[in-house]
Amino acid sequence: MQHVRVILSVAVLLIMAGASLLIGVADISADRLLSADPQAMSVLLTSRIPRLLAICLAGAGLSIAGLIMQQIVQNRFAAPSTTGTIDCALLGYIVSLVAFSELSEWAHLSVIFFFSVAGTLLFIRFLQRLKFKNTALVPLIGIMYGNVVSSLTTFIAYKYDLVQTMSSWRIANFASVLQGNYEFLYLAIPASALAYYYASQFSAASIGESFARNIGLDYQKIVLFGVILVAVLSSAVVMIVGVIPFLGLIVPNLVAIFMGDNIRRNLPWTAYWGTVLVLSCDVLGRLIIFPYEIPISMIISVLGGMVFIALVLRDKSNA
Amino acid sequence: MRDSVKMWLLLFAGIAFTAYFLGKGLTADNYSFFLANRIPKVLAIMIASVAIATSSLVFQTITNNQILTPSILGFDALYVMIQSIILIIFGSSSYLLINPLLNFSVATAIMVSLSMGLFLLYFQRKNTNLFSLLLIGIVCGSLFSSMTNFFTLIVDPAEFSTVQRAMFASFNNVNGELVYWSLIPLLLAVGYLWRLAARLDVLWLGIDNARSLGIDTRKVMMQVMLLISVLISVATALVGPVLFLGLIVVSLTRQLFRSYHHRFLMLASTLLSVVLLTGGQWFIESMLDLETTISVIINFIGGSYFLLLLMRNKVQ
Repeated sequence: MQHVRVILSVAVLLIMAGASLLIGVADISADRLLSADPQAMSVLLTSRIPRLLAICLAGAGLSIAGLIMQQIVQNRFAAPSTTGTIDCALLGYIVSLVAFSELSEWAHLSVIFFFSVAGTLLFIRFLQRLKFKNTALVPLIGIMYGNVVSSLTTFIAYKYDLVQTMSSWRIANFASVLQGNYEFLYLAIPASALAYYYASQFSAASIGESFARNIGLDYQKIVLFGVILVAVLSSAVVMIVGVIPFLGLIVPNLVAIFMGDNIRRNLPWTAYWGTVLVLSCDVLGRLIIFPYEIPISMIISVLGGMVFIALVLRDKSNA
Repeated sequence: MRDSVKMWLLLFAGIAFTAYFLGKGLTADNYSFFLANRIPKVLAIMIASVAIATSSLVFQTITNNQILTPSILGFDALYVMIQSIILIIFGSSSYLLINPLLNFSVATAIMVSLSMGLFLLYFQRKNTNLFSLLLIGIVCGSLFSSMTNFFTLIVDPAEFSTVQRAMFASFNNVNGELVYWSLIPLLLAVGYLWRLAARLDVLWLGIDNARSLGIDTRKVMMQVMLLISVLISVATALVGPVLFLGLIVVSLTRQLFRSYHHRFLMLASTLLSVVLLTGGQWFIESMLDLETTISVIINFIGGSYFLLLLMRNKVQ
């Protein structure tokens, strides 16, 4: 049964990946590729393959980031988009553009990373002080915190005439991914591997601070480590692709509904479903108004919003 | 200080800011051009103030709490989404979209029925706690606005941003033609609320108390919700969605004034909202050299204030 499931999943992923490679305005049908048409090959190598890889890395990375976040905040509605991480990353992006515009891309990424770590830690420290915790209160505070941070971002954007630039990153779109500009996303691979390696520690932390201490773990250190992983994953995606809302929230939750709460087992599946979801939304976005494209974040935010509402309504512990 | 003194102070501040707003830099040569631009803008701010302040106030009364407002629960975004649905059904060049009066009437009619549905969805469910309700409301609001983007993009991919800017008002981009016409529904709705005010005073004591005092609570709630939908449509059509203005204004009114009479509170919150909006505009123009918009400030202050309320309201 397990094998059948794995084989089926791989087949689905391969079909989707093939579709993603072949669909697009430039016509590169399979037989043109087989006859090694140079133009088709160059479209494939500079645009389609990088796009496919970027989709896989971003989808898997953000979903894993959501899973880690849910463990360290101990709340199933926590994700980079509901804990302020993404909004702080955007603030960092605009600060890096204003203050360090002449430095390299690595410097920009570091500033974004620094802001998202600092902003998320601030949020988590604040939550740890809060005595009364309700499942819905945590994402509520997180979303509001994100709103406040993003109004700061808009303020800076107005001041330095970057409003147009800023609204283009708020809308994630894989159309702009080309060979040579997406490679930061490979950071998702080591980050996910580390997340897998430390999965059991995260799940210990998710039970609670005292439990983690009792079995000899340094709770605050695990939280810090988790935040760093989440920040690496989200800042790379924010910088290269843009904001993909709710992805990190819905994928881990849906996987947990069908597979239970074992993180080490769920983590690869979370990555897998994140990839498949982003891939299918991207393909859909390319088909709906062909030859134009609908940016992926518009599709995911409609879908993700609906799933999020359904999850809150379903949440019996809240009643 | 007595309530009436505060009220006079507010009135004075409101008139002063409005006069500044209208009169700044006027000379004998340019006044006709400037005033032709400024009067609709000031009028739009006033109409939006009345609509947002009263609708938020009575919404809190019928839902019996001090933190929910229509815009936080996504009702503004619903109106904008209705506009985009009209766009998708009739296309971007149809008469229904270009004629502001017809567009407004049709959109408001749809808005009334859909917002009733949304209201029932939120408040008909037993045993939903306040935080879940707020969370669902906020996510619904963001869902509606993503759907708006989605629909607009589908209809006109090449001119997406132009269509958006032309169709959806904001404080920078007041919908001018509609200003005078929208006085009619505004006055009708506010007049009706004024008549209901005494019953709302009783309703604020709690649904059970109101019922035992002989109020048909369900009927009053439905009537008020209908009027609120009209008011939200007016405000959103003129200046677009403003997430936190209603919350700030109503909370400040409750802090400032001791009265619980709805007629008084309606007046007071409207005045406060005019003062905040015109004063905010003045602050931006003179202190920040117009480097930002008033919505940014409202979002920053309102968001922080909302966070504060959430924390203070630890146990319901």
